[in-house]
Amino acid sequence: MIAIWWAPCLLLGGALLTLATWRRPAWSRRLGPAVAVSGCLAGVPPAAAALGGGTLASVNLPWSIPCGALRLEMDALSALFALPILIVTALAAIYGAEYLRPREGGQNPAASWFFYNLLTGSMLLVILARNAMLFLLAWDLMSLSSFFLVLSDSEKESVRRAGWTYLVAMHIGTVFLLALFILLGRGAHALDFEGFSLATAGSAAAGAAFALAVVGFGAKAGFVPLHVWLPEAHPAAPSHVSAVMSGVMIKTGIYGLLRTLTWLGAPPPWWGGTLVAIGAVSGVLGVLFALAQHDLKRLLAYHSVENIGIIALGLGLGLLGVSYGNGGMAFLGFAGALLHVVNHALFKSLLFLGAGSVLHACGTRELDRLGGLWKRMPATGAGFLVGAAAICGLPPLNGFVSELLIYLGSFRALSAGGGLPVGAAAAGVAAAGALALIGGLALACFAKAFGIVFLGEPRTAAAAAAHEGGPAMRLPMAALAAACAGIGLAAPAACGATQAAIGLLAPGLCPPREAAGWAAALARAAAVAWGGAGLALLLAALRRQLLAGRPVTREPTWDCGYAAPTARMQYTASSFAAPLIRQFRGLLPTRRRFVPPQGFFPTRSALETETPDVYRERLYQPLFAGVERLLRPFRGLQHGRLNLYVLYIVAALLALLAWKLR
Amino acid sequence: MKLYPLLSWAGGLVLAPLMLGVINRTKAVFAGRRGAPLLQAYYDLAKLLRKGAVYSRTTTWVFRAAPAVGLAAVVAALALAPAGGVPAPLAFAGDWVLLAYALGLMRFFTVIAALDTGSSFEGMGASREVQFSALAEPALIVGLAALGRAGGALSLSEMYAGIHAAAWLRAGPALALVAAALLLVFLAENARIPVDDPNTHLELTMIHEVMILDYTGPDLAFVLYGAALKLWVFGGLIVNLALAPLELSGAGALVAFGAAMAALAVAVGVIESVMARLSLLKVPQMLLGAGALSALAFALVARFSS
Repeated sequence: MIAIWWAPCLLLGGALLTLATWRRPAWSRRLGPAVAVSGCLAGVPPAAAALGGGTLASVNLPWSIPCGALRLEMDALSALFALPILIVTALAAIYGAEYLRPREGGQNPAASWFFYNLLTGSMLLVILARNAMLFLLAWDLMSLSSFFLVLSDSEKESVRRAGWTYLVAMHIGTVFLLALFILLGRGAHALDFEGFSLATAGSAAAGAAFALAVVGFGAKAGFVPLHVWLPEAHPAAPSHVSAVMSGVMIKTGIYGLLRTLTWLGAPPPWWGGTLVAIGAVSGVLGVLFALAQHDLKRLLAYHSVENIGIIALGLGLGLLGVSYGNGGMAFLGFAGALLHVVNHALFKSLLFLGAGSVLHACGTRELDRLGGLWKRMPATGAGFLVGAAAICGLPPLNGFVSELLIYLGSFRALSAGGGLPVGAAAAGVAAAGALALIGGLALACFAKAFGIVFLGEPRTAAAAAAHEGGPAMRLPMAALAAACAGIGLAAPAACGATQAAIGLLAPGLCPPREAAGWAAALARAAAVAWGGAGLALLLAALRRQLLAGRPVTREPTWDCGYAAPTARMQYTASSFAAPLIRQFRGLLPTRRRFVPPQGFFPTRSALETETPDVYRERLYQPLFAGVERLLRPFRGLQHGRLNLYVLYIVAALLALLAWKLR
Repeated sequence: MKLYPLLSWAGGLVLAPLMLGVINRTKAVFAGRRGAPLLQAYYDLAKLLRKGAVYSRTTTWVFRAAPAVGLAAVVAALALAPAGGVPAPLAFAGDWVLLAYALGLMRFFTVIAALDTGSSFEGMGASREVQFSALAEPALIVGLAALGRAGGALSLSEMYAGIHAAAWLRAGPALALVAAALLLVFLAENARIPVDDPNTHLELTMIHEVMILDYTGPDLAFVLYGAALKLWVFGGLIVNLALAPLELSGAGALVAFGAAMAALAVAVGVIESVMARLSLLKVPQMLLGAGALSALAFALVARFSS
């Protein structure tokens, strides 16, 4: 029997061991991924056992830190978040073993793998911790280790700026979490999670705790407008780290929010309504910003904001279901959200690994400098296509299953039966409409990302000379793509796996009978979707049969009779997205720099567009500039003279002494 | 018991290309021409299936797979569509999501196949297609939400079955608004006037036609047949709403459904004859209008059915 503390211990201890190989990069290159994979493997059995329900034997040790205790526990909710972490980080580590190889002169591999394993171990600790001090410690360890991973390319100015943005955002989030735990632990002696339950049920304090959790955990998850660090930090990190950060690390924010909800008692309707509103805004704005990006990894990072929005839509519907005592709505909303957490971990890491292979092969992430990669990197192309179809929610893949559940939850909310109030109907129709718009825009965005990068003709020499990565890079992508298809195929089982966790979120409201009913609908949907896939294969065979023995020739693409098309005449990613971006220009402040062609025989002209984050420019920059202005007078206190600093300390101590003796 | 649903599915598979014939004949009558035979679409398909193929050197496996994937997706969608009182062969809670997203899969593959050719004309068409369909999607789903509220059900077949004559009497104006919104979505998704002109000959102005420019032979047959089926599926969404208050069932329902689809085809022919195409910049406004109609209809249904 593998105990739950094995995996974090293996990962954190292994991380220190990796650091010891500092002077031997060849060793750390082997040791780092090996530690990650073995640690993750050790974590899978307890997580899989806890998924069905019940609590696994917990660890509980006293700790010298005030209010702290080493309490670890694995329940169904933890298991549901732990499994994607374990799977994705192990696969990303295998990928990283090859991906990091050519980056000589960059960060020492020992440091890179040290922080990678530290990040994995601390993510697991966050999920397993049952004491607020331990949780916050693991939380900050997670933020700091990922901060150093983001800074892998710290010689670039843009990377350093991204790192600082990330660090500041994480700390602001942690401030809210500190306040949250102080509020929850007011009555209790130790800050153990057990003591939190019922502490503030149904009071105004519960509402305050909910708001603090939404802001504090939302900063990690990437709720709009707290998302600004996300499109900066994720592209800056090495691609296998981006996969982990975007795929699973931001989900710890969702986990924290859900864990908090289990302590707060019956939710009033405004909680669910708030989450639906946050979800709709995050989803639509996330995908719109993604559409306007020219950088492949930045585009994917904005899609994480969109998918976190979809998760929030599901959570909001689920909470509303709990508020109104409607089991179907609660089950569908929570099941959709939880399943989307898992699904997004799978397809987003797949897409980031694919983007990493593209960057590895071509040296650029600019969409308009790529093209025609399918012929040069067929395995990466196929993996990216599966990921793109899955993230758009297209059947028969996994994204469709979770979106179907959330759609069903919204229709359950808005249908007249069940005696639900008008508020539920409004939330339901808002969620359904937002999800439809998000789906349509995501399809546009991924048609652009996949079509421009992998199809057509290569737009630059670098893209023409691209080559496929080795087996260590292809295998993880194949495994993730297979997992996307597998969840799509085994939709009822995947939905059933969330049952025990939903039992913790909506106690007593969703009996197994409820889940079984919806699983039957999912089974039919999966049967139709995979039946369609089988039919597509049959039709492809029919086409092949029809064409056998007939003349099949290859010619240039039809360009209105023009016989010498070049790669530069292709439609670009910018032009492809331009109509939609122009349509939503109120939300997307795109900057254009246009040098028009001049004279009768124009030689050169230029067009440059850039879509900066509207919140970064219009909300945070003025805000932080104002704070800086306000605090400028205090700069005089900090002038670098050590003796004066000692004086401050003495003065502070004396003041405290006087206050104590008063 | 399962006979009529299967018949309705088979009927859709067989009769869908006929709708194109009826539309074109209506347009010919309006223009004072004799027009092509009603069965012209079938002749075209038969001819294309007998031909060889020409592929662009730029294209990959994606371009070859797209017609098969698209056709399979729309055939699956057809299996989820009820026909005037006869439930769909496969009906379950949330089947409308699968219907909408199967058609989304078809669109995704059509669009990436267009980008696969590397032609800027096809890229232009693809760009317009994703723009318009992204705006049509909320109109469709919110329209279905209004139907779900009125019919009090989670599956398409039960939704329409739940809209009795009494529901029409109570919330008739709202349901008429839904029908109008669905008609706009139908015209946009199937590349008909006023959004797109299936008869245009200038690549620059096309949307759907330009995306399939490079297809020949059996591939083109798959694409054309798939488009006809899509017309049938979307048409069914409108026709069912109109037939719902009659509360038909069995063979009578199927006959009525077929007749109503023919009437819809005539209506599309009339619209195409009396209207010009909208400017491309106006199309999004029309689709946003459809979304607004759906939302208004939902509000009215929620007001009158609770």
